Amino acid sequence: MAEQVVKIRAASTAEPVAEPAPASAHGAELARNAGTPLKPEWFDNARVNLSAVDRRAATLMTRRTVKKEWQAAWLLKAITLIDLTTLAGDDTEERVARLCAKARHPLRDDLVEALGLDFELKVGAVCVYPTMVPTAVRSLKGSGIPVASVATGFPTGLMPLRLRLEEIRYAVEEGADEIDIVITRAHVLEQNWQALYDEIAQMREACGKAHLKAILATGDLKTLRNVYKASMVAMQAGADFIKTSTGKEDVNATLPVGLVMVRAIRDYRELAGFDVGFKPAGGIRTAKDALAWLTLMKEELGNEWLQPDLFRLGASGVLGDISRQLEHFVTGRYSSADRHAVA
Amino acid sequence: MPQVKEIFRTMDYGPAPEANQDVIAWLAAKKDGFGHFIGGEFVPSKDGAAFDVFNPATGAKLAQVAQGGKAEIDAAVESARKAFGPWSALPGDTRARYLYALARLLQKRERFFSVLETMDNGKPIRESRDIDIPLVVRHYYHHAGWAELIESEFPNHKPVGVCGQIIPWNFPLLMLAWKVAPALAAGNTVVLKPAEFTPLTALAFAELCREAGLPAGVVNIVTGDGRTGALITEHPGIDKVAFTGSTEVGRIIRKATAGSGKKLSLELGGKSPFIVFDDADLDSAVEGIVDAIWFNQGQVCCAGSRLLVHEAVAERMHAKLKARLETLRVGDPLDKATDMGAIVDAVQLDRIRSLVEQGRTEGAACWQPSIAVPEKGLFFPPTLMTNVAPAATIAQEEIFGPVLVSMTFRTPDEAVQLANNSRYGLAASIWSESINVALDCAARLKAGVVWVNSTNLFDAAAGFGGYRESGFGREGGREGLYEYLAPAWEKKAEEPAPARKVDFSVTPAAETPAVVSGVPRFDRTAKLYIGGKQTRPDGGYSYTLYAANGAAVGQAGLGNRKDIRNAVEAAGKATSWSGVAGHNRAQVLYYVAENLEARTDEFTHRIASLVDGNEDAAREEVAASVRRLAFYAAHADKYDGQVHSTRSRHVTLAMNEPWGTMAICCPDEAPLLAFVSLVAPAIAMGNRVVVVPSPAHALVATDFYQVLDTSDVPGGVVNIVTGDRESLAKTIADHDDISAFWYFGTAEGSKEVEQRSTGNLKATWVNYGRAVRWADAQQGQGREFLRRATQVKNIWVPYGE
Repeated sequence: MAEQVVKIRAASTAEPVAEPAPASAHGAELARNAGTPLKPEWFDNARVNLSAVDRRAATLMTRRTVKKEWQAAWLLKAITLIDLTTLAGDDTEERVARLCAKARHPLRDDLVEALGLDFELKVGAVCVYPTMVPTAVRSLKGSGIPVASVATGFPTGLMPLRLRLEEIRYAVEEGADEIDIVITRAHVLEQNWQALYDEIAQMREACGKAHLKAILATGDLKTLRNVYKASMVAMQAGADFIKTSTGKEDVNATLPVGLVMVRAIRDYRELAGFDVGFKPAGGIRTAKDALAWLTLMKEELGNEWLQPDLFRLGASGVLGDISRQLEHFVTGRYSSADRHAVA
Repeated sequence: MPQVKEIFRTMDYGPAPEANQDVIAWLAAKKDGFGHFIGGEFVPSKDGAAFDVFNPATGAKLAQVAQGGKAEIDAAVESARKAFGPWSALPGDTRARYLYALARLLQKRERFFSVLETMDNGKPIRESRDIDIPLVVRHYYHHAGWAELIESEFPNHKPVGVCGQIIPWNFPLLMLAWKVAPALAAGNTVVLKPAEFTPLTALAFAELCREAGLPAGVVNIVTGDGRTGALITEHPGIDKVAFTGSTEVGRIIRKATAGSGKKLSLELGGKSPFIVFDDADLDSAVEGIVDAIWFNQGQVCCAGSRLLVHEAVAERMHAKLKARLETLRVGDPLDKATDMGAIVDAVQLDRIRSLVEQGRTEGAACWQPSIAVPEKGLFFPPTLMTNVAPAATIAQEEIFGPVLVSMTFRTPDEAVQLANNSRYGLAASIWSESINVALDCAARLKAGVVWVNSTNLFDAAAGFGGYRESGFGREGGREGLYEYLAPAWEKKAEEPAPARKVDFSVTPAAETPAVVSGVPRFDRTAKLYIGGKQTRPDGGYSYTLYAANGAAVGQAGLGNRKDIRNAVEAAGKATSWSGVAGHNRAQVLYYVAENLEARTDEFTHRIASLVDGNEDAAREEVAASVRRLAFYAAHADKYDGQVHSTRSRHVTLAMNEPWGTMAICCPDEAPLLAFVSLVAPAIAMGNRVVVVPSPAHALVATDFYQVLDTSDVPGGVVNIVTGDRESLAKTIADHDDISAFWYFGTAEGSKEVEQRSTGNLKATWVNYGRAVRWADAQQGQGREFLRRATQVKNIWVPYGE
């Protein structure tokens, strides 16, 4: 299979790519997903068996575990993958600035030192509402941490397309590096793939150099086949990342849904030759949750998907628990939340 | 040890060893060796014989265990016999408390048993911790419930007695639970021999029996090798033998117990198909294969070892499978992130290696991932063999290792054909998102367990066991309990069956036939009845039947082995009978009853003339036969299966399926009623039968084919071969295309039938020469007959979208 992938990739690089791929935040060069025309034949016959997917998801973490130094390293890795997020009605500029400070300095210095790190530890990105982008950009200046903005009428997306595209352009102009868009769930529920494709393709165009993360709001899509199909359409339309949830649906990121999305990423890689990133979001609260997602990525897609250019954890609270677990690793004592700075 | 910052870059999994110091301490305390558990005490072998047990992953010696000999088996059987009376007399509710205590105590020591199992067997701790031991606990819980309900749910049944149980090394404690829990729940006592490679969890369980306060002698555990097992199967004090292991040893046990009257259940080998249709969720099917053949290193009797994949998706499937294999982790079984541990013993590893080599020689392509496999210890990498023809050795032989052979098919029909192209019939896995494809395939597979879009699911509430040479009998669920119960009347029927001497001389009889009103009666020729046609016997011979008073009554065909062959072929072709609705079969059986009743006088005279001249008794026998036909006609659409309560969001269907082709030898008592009592339940359930009637009364049966002919019984459903029952029974027992054989005749004949049935391991039901009171509704009819006329197929259907 490896051979086949290489071959397809070589062919795809010969085709004109929509735009030159920007260097990723962490320096590794990655061909940006150029998308493909809408190809329903890639997903029309998609089969997803719920019970079997549940079984695989349930045994992922009983088959794999990391302990001691390995666990510490994996938790540090998780920190670098976090899209540190605030998406609340009571967000203020001060609140966002505090979050950005935490993003630059996610872990206590003494712990960083005890863990023997020889690199600057920082989160994957900071994720905010469009009006907060200027503050975030200002606060993160010089840190190398990208600013991500939700857009397109987050969280439901039920706003005229013209305005949604305008919202993207606003956020990009204000300096957002990444745009987390929401899809129109109705297009999926009505199986109107052309409409879904066109919408995302236009959003991608509006993003320009900024990377597009397509939020599928899987909690609204209900069935895993819908999740698979929506994933495929989003990737064909040029999404750089596919993302599970806004955090506002009844059900957020679950491992079975994640499993179906990463399998779609794997299929898309085989068929189109592009690597697309994945971002689970919502409900990731504990260090154990974070490790489960990392394990899923490693098992199903490999180590390449354990880097911030292909994987992010959308979360606001998980950093606290990770910090406590790391302190436990360093000191051997169970830690308290009060001992770690809040954002 | 690498530093955190280095691991941050490699993102490797590190070691995650399960602590085993408690088990090591337990073993250290037994450094003088383990004894047998007999009569509630641990005792060494009288002759001091013992052997060593090793950890297959490290080669380290774990313990010394006693080798049981005749003295130990005698003592264990005696202790079990002594305990049987009081134990079986306990109210079910009391026995339930003991089983409940065993469940609870096991649960409280789950980790200890998991670690010990992994060290003894080599299976990954993930499996012993998450699969084996939880299933063990579940089995005791479930059967504590059956003990509670045994009197109310199984009226007119009693325990069998002392059960000899021999279990394999692949799921040591789980197989013990599958044997011990139902036996105890039903009121039996046991003598169990664990496998010589893996006796340690059984010995720890013995300690638990003491802790639970189980009365001494109820459970006896004798360790040893095959010789010890043979002593159990041959012991006259054993009432039932339950064996799980190879088909080869299963045959030996069938032979050894033949004619002894020991009840027998065999759970044997398999070469189970794993069928992937073009509309399957392929990624999930790949995970299914991992759970099918790389579970317990492939040392699983129901392992999905034959991948049958639709041609259209074969290439993708293989590619996905190979990619998945690259992420499997083989190594230290005690590591929590190990997928595959060690092979149980060097003998087994050699067998795997040589079969893989043979596969290569026969032209298969062998693929193994580039993952690390420990050099020390008994390890074998996960292996995929492609380009395998159905005729290849590795496509037919059970490898019992982590080796998957892959073949392709073009149509659902071909998938079923390939899947059923095996001597075995233990399990099957079907992957398709179409309910039509999946259930059609499930219905047509010859397998005791069928998993739809899943694999290797087990539960105490579902029956497990095979078709064909994978054995007979079920473990788990309601169907499994019958293996440990006997009809309450059974042993009371001690009187021997009446033996009527028959002269099979083919030369002209000395007697002249009766003359009626001065005109000789028209000579009548009774023929054989095969495929719905009256057929002359192949040999061209007939023998003379005599009335009780010595007068010659007429001739019957002297069937031979070729007639049996022809009858079996006719039965084999009449498959539509098995497929029609029970309602249709009921209609035919009612019609038979109707037509038999209309000919009451004729049958009355016939029976009376051949038996003892008693017309009243004969008339009553005809009436009883009509009632019996109606009884089974009524049952034809009512002896239906069950939906077992296993897991949430799973429908587990226990379907009663006919055997297919059955053979029946009828006894000499009650010639019409016995014939009807045996044939009617068999055909009501959809079997096609080859019947050998009582030789002395064969003309009753040949008269009966005229009833069949006029009652819309399709040709081939009932085939009647008259002749010497004892010699025909041998041909039948030897015939590998007959799935079940009911023999009611002599004690010697019963033994011969059981001995010879080993060719295809057909299920036998024999009377050991004892008479059955056919007119008695308790003995002569009922669900026992229907149960014996069917085998249970459990189909697991998980659902959800």
